[in-house]
Amino acid sequence: MTSDEMSDKLRDAFPAAIIDQSRFRDESTLRIQASALRDVCLHARDTLGFNYLVDLSSVDHFGDEPRYEVVYELYSMKDCVHLRLKISVSEDDCTVATVSDIWPTADWHEREVYDMMGIQFSNHPDLRRILMWDGYPYHPLRKDFPLQGKQSDMPGVAFTEPAPLAGGPFVTVPTDGTTQVREPRARHAGDLVPPEKFLAEP
Amino acid sequence: MSTTLSPVAYDAKIEGNVIFTQVDTAINWMRSNSLWPMPMGLACCAIELMAASSARFDISRFGAEVMRFSPRQADVMIVAGTVTYKMALAVKRIWDQMPEPKWCIAMGACASSGGMYRSYAVLQGIDHLIPVDVYISGCPPRPEALLDGLMRLQKKIMGEHSLIDQKKELLESI
Repeated sequence: MTSDEMSDKLRDAFPAAIIDQSRFRDESTLRIQASALRDVCLHARDTLGFNYLVDLSSVDHFGDEPRYEVVYELYSMKDCVHLRLKISVSEDDCTVATVSDIWPTADWHEREVYDMMGIQFSNHPDLRRILMWDGYPYHPLRKDFPLQGKQSDMPGVAFTEPAPLAGGPFVTVPTDGTTQVREPRARHAGDLVPPEKFLAEP
Repeated sequence: MSTTLSPVAYDAKIEGNVIFTQVDTAINWMRSNSLWPMPMGLACCAIELMAASSARFDISRFGAEVMRFSPRQADVMIVAGTVTYKMALAVKRIWDQMPEPKWCIAMGACASSGGMYRSYAVLQGIDHLIPVDVYISGCPPRPEALLDGLMRLQKKIMGEHSLIDQKKELLESI
């Protein structure tokens, strides 16, 4: 069975919960209502055989509403089929139902999403930070968090200070342009050497 | 007592088996050739640190092969790797547990300056927390570079006024 057929089966089982069904480069994605997440996941595991949660991640669409997106990558070991589920999470109600009882591996993934993005997971058995320490006041992977970090202090536990960026941040610009345009070092070098020297061959 | 240091004076024809030297020089000579490291291995630099102690590079040629995982038995802390803020105070605590006299080698770009990690999670150099005697460049440094840093530290120790500066109470009691 292909991922398209799996996607269709899931859509037919929950016609009201599916917002969008898409396919890109042989990968099937279903955008579903956040309220139906657990029902869809239980059905996917028990009836369709998606017995493995490959990954659980989150996206910050800063400036859009709803702001966040949580992405579930499912895999069926039996049929060797991959399926992606996406739900939208608004900034006001930043809470998602946990799937850690459906796939136990989601436990730490959800902790990481909570730590880095600040999305809460209801009924999670142990929702603590996993990378930063308990008591760190920020969620560093949010788009409005500066790359150099912010100051924080927990006496006796840890502290942070903003890192010097020296004219940075040295991040790649998301564009279709040449390396000269995309890469920070090449942009910087453009002031010193003739740019055509670095331009890629057409 | 003179505060200028001279190398060990030894003339076999006159002195036979007797060596005349200064206490400082003797103490420094003993200290610098038995530096027991506290291997603070935090990232990939620790792999090079391990290579430096294995047969090809053999850090024991310099008397520093006794890696002590207890800070109380260590003389020099080799901070090898990226010091995250989560680990920073633990490193400081281990440093505080080391008995004087103690020295610190910041091995590699990360331990020296934060390296390529200009980020919210990484301390921008261990010298923000503990005094560093020798910085070793490299990402990671080759074992030869670590040995060079160790030899520079030995040279630095040989120039210290160990008795006058570090054993004041002992001198006063004499």
